[in-house]
Amino acid sequence: MSVQIWTYLFIFLSFGLYALIALWSRAGSTHDFYVAGGGISPLTNGMATAADWMSAASFISMAGLISFLGRDGAYFLMGWTGGYVLLALLLAPYLRKFGKFTVPAFIGDRYYSQSARLTAVFCAIVISFVYVCGQMQGAGIVFSRFLEVDITTGVIIGMTIVFFYAVLGGMKGITYTQVAQYCVLIFAYMVPAIFLSMMMTGNPIPQLGFGSELQPEYGGGYLLDRLDGLSEELGFGTYTTGQKSTQDVFFITAALMFGTAGLPHVIIRFFTVPSVRDARLSAGYALVFIAILYTTAPALAAFSKTNLLDTVNNAEYSTMPSWFSTWERTGLITFDDKNGDGRIQYVGDAQINELSVNRDIMVLANPEIAQLPNWVAALVAAGALAAALSTASGLLLVISTSISHDLIKRILRPQTTEKEELNYARIAIFFAVLIAGYFGINPPGFVAEVVAFAFGLAAASFFPAIVLGIFYSRMNRQGAVAGMVAGFTFTAAYIIYFKFVDPSMSTAEHWWFGISPEGIGTLGTMLNLVVALTVCRFTAEPPIEVQEIVRHIRLPGEHV
Amino acid sequence: MSHRNARSYWKANLRIVFALLSIWFFISFVCGILLADFLDNFRIGGFKLGFWMAQQGSIYGFVILIFVYIRLMDRLDHQYKLDQIETAEKPFATSNPSAAKDSEAGDKA
Repeated sequence: MSVQIWTYLFIFLSFGLYALIALWSRAGSTHDFYVAGGGISPLTNGMATAADWMSAASFISMAGLISFLGRDGAYFLMGWTGGYVLLALLLAPYLRKFGKFTVPAFIGDRYYSQSARLTAVFCAIVISFVYVCGQMQGAGIVFSRFLEVDITTGVIIGMTIVFFYAVLGGMKGITYTQVAQYCVLIFAYMVPAIFLSMMMTGNPIPQLGFGSELQPEYGGGYLLDRLDGLSEELGFGTYTTGQKSTQDVFFITAALMFGTAGLPHVIIRFFTVPSVRDARLSAGYALVFIAILYTTAPALAAFSKTNLLDTVNNAEYSTMPSWFSTWERTGLITFDDKNGDGRIQYVGDAQINELSVNRDIMVLANPEIAQLPNWVAALVAAGALAAALSTASGLLLVISTSISHDLIKRILRPQTTEKEELNYARIAIFFAVLIAGYFGINPPGFVAEVVAFAFGLAAASFFPAIVLGIFYSRMNRQGAVAGMVAGFTFTAAYIIYFKFVDPSMSTAEHWWFGISPEGIGTLGTMLNLVVALTVCRFTAEPPIEVQEIVRHIRLPGEHV
Repeated sequence: MSHRNARSYWKANLRIVFALLSIWFFISFVCGILLADFLDNFRIGGFKLGFWMAQQGSIYGFVILIFVYIRLMDRLDHQYKLDQIETAEKPFATSNPSAAKDSEAGDKA
């Protein structure tokens, strides 16, 4: 069977499964809709969190990015996993104890202020929309390449499925679909990695394989040594040493960690478990499930980079395998025979280099590059869709709850009944799906840049406000609002300036302290902290009942 | 729980968090970034140590840290008897054994 038929089969089966789950897990109350009734087991929640977290970017782009960044790619790996340590130790247990539905609800109640709540609603919606665009674009790439339908049809199919289970089931439907999506995506990610590891090093465990010796037909010797040798020879720099400045890598890693811990769609997952202890436990499970993919990604990066260099370098264009031309048609690989010798020169020097390879195809084309069976390529397509849809649904829920609960119920119309609120939530998710679908069909040209935005903004707004709210009972509303506004504005301004206003200025000598826009969230976080603590010092203490909330959330168990 | 107990529980909690976050900082930022070039002088199999810490070791470390945290907090909660009344209606329900049992059943539901 061809890749395309396999792909149709896998996508049909997996989408059918998601639809069945949607029918089975319908939400009857706002409690169901927002936090799945609060009765999700820590293991289930861990798995759902992992799917919620691992987006199209983790699945499709990350290994490719690492294969081009070499050791520096570690900032994605450490940043997107290390944030879970912060989440588990500093946020999840306390927010679970607090026991409300949303992040703006915590900010609004803890800082006893509607303007704090409104600021938080605004941050949550901006961050989630920015992030959801990237998911839709990822889904679009998969549909257009593997099903050869146009992107519009692909996105509409994907959105219909998300719409179906998110609108019917809310958090309840999303949680159980995410569990299924995790299984699909991790299987789809591991199968080609294990195949490649076996083929190239004879070791079935990719995490060990990429530190092993190559099989004789691949030239023997340690894989990483060979990759270092090849990369140096072609002028790309040594793979296993850093190319970026140390402070930039440091700041980007920190920004991604703080951002991870401050992303509302991840935080709300911890509201769905029954107890504080379960919240801690499910953070642990979530990281285990995430680490399976995140420790495989750098192995996959090294395998596919070695494979790519071996296949294309100085090879005759006419002898390229069929995957080369399929991806050329999508424009993700381009070859320009500058010196007219009919061979591909793939080198670090831009003047001589004739090949450009889009990073995203490193994962998607891997099965074909390694000549794995057709069903493996199809599986990767289904996995990538699972990753994109699971994250999109989590984000859409944040947008919907921010509007129906925080904005309508808590700010605009407090007299809203529960039934009305549930309807508002469904209407909000409906419109959010439509808008996200629009961006999927007409992707803004700057999706990759915008994702850095989401992390930087979450890091500079929510993370410090929540941590201070828990660990510093003296923190008051003036401090928190001033800190969030300062951190958010500063980070947004820095990124907008270097990414959109004057991208030509975006080089190390113009950056503050050599920090790239991707890493500026760390400075934004610090600014937020400094502003919040300073303003707090000169303004009145929070009322006694708020200090009582803080005392209450610090102790697990006791319900007072 | 008395006010004094709550304070000392919180202090113990902070000590655990602080100690674990120091390790968190050390394995990622120190070993994976600041000292990575130096650690690259050592090898384990085909990996240079700094590279391995950055792309593999730190992640394993994070997983271990969270589970150590769960263990330490379980022990602390147990010590302060905070682990028994998770979903009970009233505080101090532990003094009544049947109420404690009910709440455990509630946890699983």
